[in-house]
Amino acid sequence: MAFVAIADRDHEHALHDPETFIRKYIWSQDHKVIAIQYALVAIGIGLVALVMSVLMRLQLGFPDTFSLIAPQDYYQYITMHGMIMVIYLLTALFLGGFGNYLIPLMCGSRDMVFPYMNMLSFWFYLLAVLVLVAGLFVPGGPTGAGWTLYPPQAIAPGTPGHGWGIICMLASLAIFVVAFTMGGLNYVTTILQARCKGMTLMRMPLSVWGIFMATILGLLAFPALFVSCVMMTLDHSLGTSFFMPAVVQMGQQTVHSGGSPLLFQHLFWFFGHPEVYIVALPAFGIVSDLLSVHARRNIFGYRMMVWAILAIGCLSFVVWAHHMYVSGMNPYFGFFFATTTLIIAVPTAIKVYNWILTLYKGDIHLTVPMLFAIGFIFTFINGGLTGLFLGNVTVDVPLSGTYFVVAHFHMVMGVSPILVVFGAIYHWYPKITGRLLDDRLGRIHFWATFIGTYAIYLPMHYLGILGVPRRYYSYSDSIDFIGQNVHIANEWITISAVFVAAVQLVFLFNLAWSLRKGRDAGPNPWRATSLEWQTPDTPPKHGNWGKDLPVVYRWPYDYSVPGAPQDFIPQDVPPGDPRAGNAPAGRDHGVHH
Amino acid sequence: MSLTVAYAALATGIIVWLILVRKLSTKSWEAQPASATDVEAPRWPAQRVGLWVFLAVITSLFGLFTSAYYMRLHGAHGSAAPTDWAQLSEPPVLWLNTLLLIAASVAMQAARKSVRSSAERGFNALLLGGLLTLAFLGGQFYAWSQVRDSEFFSPLNPAIAFFYLLTAVHGLHLLGGLYVWGRTLARLRRKDVEVIDVRLSINQSVELVSVYWHFLLLVWLGLFAVMLST
Repeated sequence: MAFVAIADRDHEHALHDPETFIRKYIWSQDHKVIAIQYALVAIGIGLVALVMSVLMRLQLGFPDTFSLIAPQDYYQYITMHGMIMVIYLLTALFLGGFGNYLIPLMCGSRDMVFPYMNMLSFWFYLLAVLVLVAGLFVPGGPTGAGWTLYPPQAIAPGTPGHGWGIICMLASLAIFVVAFTMGGLNYVTTILQARCKGMTLMRMPLSVWGIFMATILGLLAFPALFVSCVMMTLDHSLGTSFFMPAVVQMGQQTVHSGGSPLLFQHLFWFFGHPEVYIVALPAFGIVSDLLSVHARRNIFGYRMMVWAILAIGCLSFVVWAHHMYVSGMNPYFGFFFATTTLIIAVPTAIKVYNWILTLYKGDIHLTVPMLFAIGFIFTFINGGLTGLFLGNVTVDVPLSGTYFVVAHFHMVMGVSPILVVFGAIYHWYPKITGRLLDDRLGRIHFWATFIGTYAIYLPMHYLGILGVPRRYYSYSDSIDFIGQNVHIANEWITISAVFVAAVQLVFLFNLAWSLRKGRDAGPNPWRATSLEWQTPDTPPKHGNWGKDLPVVYRWPYDYSVPGAPQDFIPQDVPPGDPRAGNAPAGRDHGVHH
Repeated sequence: MSLTVAYAALATGIIVWLILVRKLSTKSWEAQPASATDVEAPRWPAQRVGLWVFLAVITSLFGLFTSAYYMRLHGAHGSAAPTDWAQLSEPPVLWLNTLLLIAASVAMQAARKSVRSSAERGFNALLLGGLLTLAFLGGQFYAWSQVRDSEFFSPLNPAIAFFYLLTAVHGLHLLGGLYVWGRTLARLRRKDVEVIDVRLSINQSVELVSVYWHFLLLVWLGLFAVMLST
């Protein structure tokens, strides 16, 4: 019936600009403002976690020189560092930050479909962060249970923060899940329902595909975290025994009996493994777009890239127990999960080959975003290869308690996504602010971060193979196999870590300085095809598209098309337009040079 | 856990399949026929899609609670079956509550049907559905107090703990539904409603409420069956 009429009225409705400062910047329902709010909070809390890691490294590298932290602080910081980086920084930044900013702009819509719920999502996220931070100030301090919060020790006396600290952590996570669900419903529904005319699913940039699948994973997997948080809170506060077995603590039999710590581990990792891909899939998508734009080359195997994203998403639900090889579960389970883990390497490898083939014979511009994207490929391959070691039960068992694991997941889940985050910020900052980030500072930032992180994590692999155990506050000289070489390596790692952390100040300075003094970017500084670069205003105004929504006529990877006057054809250029030139319609273009 | 895995696999499978069958074989790098840019068929309203996605999330949530229930009952893989699980004899009032919730669901369906012809009849049926739901929640509360006073009561018994946990989570979802129900009732009372909200007609609002109610009825029947059978 009156479908068109409704759409028209809808868009008039969306063009009512917010007037007051508070409606515009604080209680804003504009996806771009919410995205920036999400990103700033995520980066802020991420800096707290970064400082914690520096304090821990100073302790590990120079135990006799610095006495900044006590053993219990070490456990508390390691817990907070892990949880903040994985959930409150990476998940929030990729989905709440980039997801919010890019989905409506790349799909050609005016905003998210439920703007009010989108706003609530951010405020719940902020509340989750505040509750988490409150944990630092409660009696007993934050929880020191390790970021996996395994019972029974998470709520047993003797663990730092077993009183209020763990409650703050569990409450904060539960609030985060609520916040994410509100945001996630928005992202999925917007992608499915609010694309502009001509934007078929297979014309969406891979960034949107990655964010889309990651959101679906989050929506289905975060309930597992919610369930485990609720049940652990009950064990802690009401004396139930979901997870708590009968234990004797300090000579006293506790009230608990019969609970199953393994049940917690299953629930936690049923969330925890998809979580890896909740962070990785948006990174995969974004890096595909960065490579394509800055190599002036269509992405190699677009359809296969989409399929790989979907396959990785589905497989990520059946690999969780590879985190539990040493938990004492049935060994036949290990066989099953090792197999699925190795299978997931297939679609992942397809993606890596396609990235490299996108670069092959491309017109590579070594811009700062491109440097970060290429740095990501290196780091991800390194981290992925050590994953093959740890995915196999027999190799994992001796390595799982050592620094090898720390090195592996920092490479694959810490450094790799963070490199993409940096690349994405350098890439989209001109659209967000209208100004380019300073190029020279960006290059310093990239090379120092890239080389610095290798200086940190490569020696950690070596420590792991030596058998140096993780989770230790300090290593006494009386342990035979931890010799002088280990201490020297630890000093080196610490110096590198302090260096890398300090270099991030350059980045922060660049962000602040370029906001006012950066070079004027114009609407499309990278000469990119996707819709967000075709907005009538830069930065885009409320409603994004002025009077009329864009219409899409082509996929987002029309770079270096033979016969076109420029080396890119934006998605909203109709066939026959002078900008499309006399480019032949057919699958040849852009593939051969 | 295998239950939840099966669910997650099914859910992602359905999503992938829905997208795949029609869309994912497109060779988007080739020139598209002009029709690809034409207006597509009218889509579902966003609210309906949002609700169905939300139902998938809730299914995951209750699937995981149920998985946890069975794993705690039989022992997680590798650990021995626990001995502290003392079977709960479910209070008989739960049967009455079940009937109330079924009646509520029927009333919601009636509202969905009648609101198309008459706002007045739709309002009455919707009101009845909500009141029956409130009665259900009252009955659940009564069941809680019965269990509280029974000799079996102990937070240490996982059967008791799960009984409270599952009914509470289900009840909270109904309370959330009642909030939307209240707003829909208010909308039905207003005369100028079509002008105010152009994005979703009142018929569609009532439809979404009824879908949510049917879904929570299914969840309750599932939970009740699980608790009765163990």
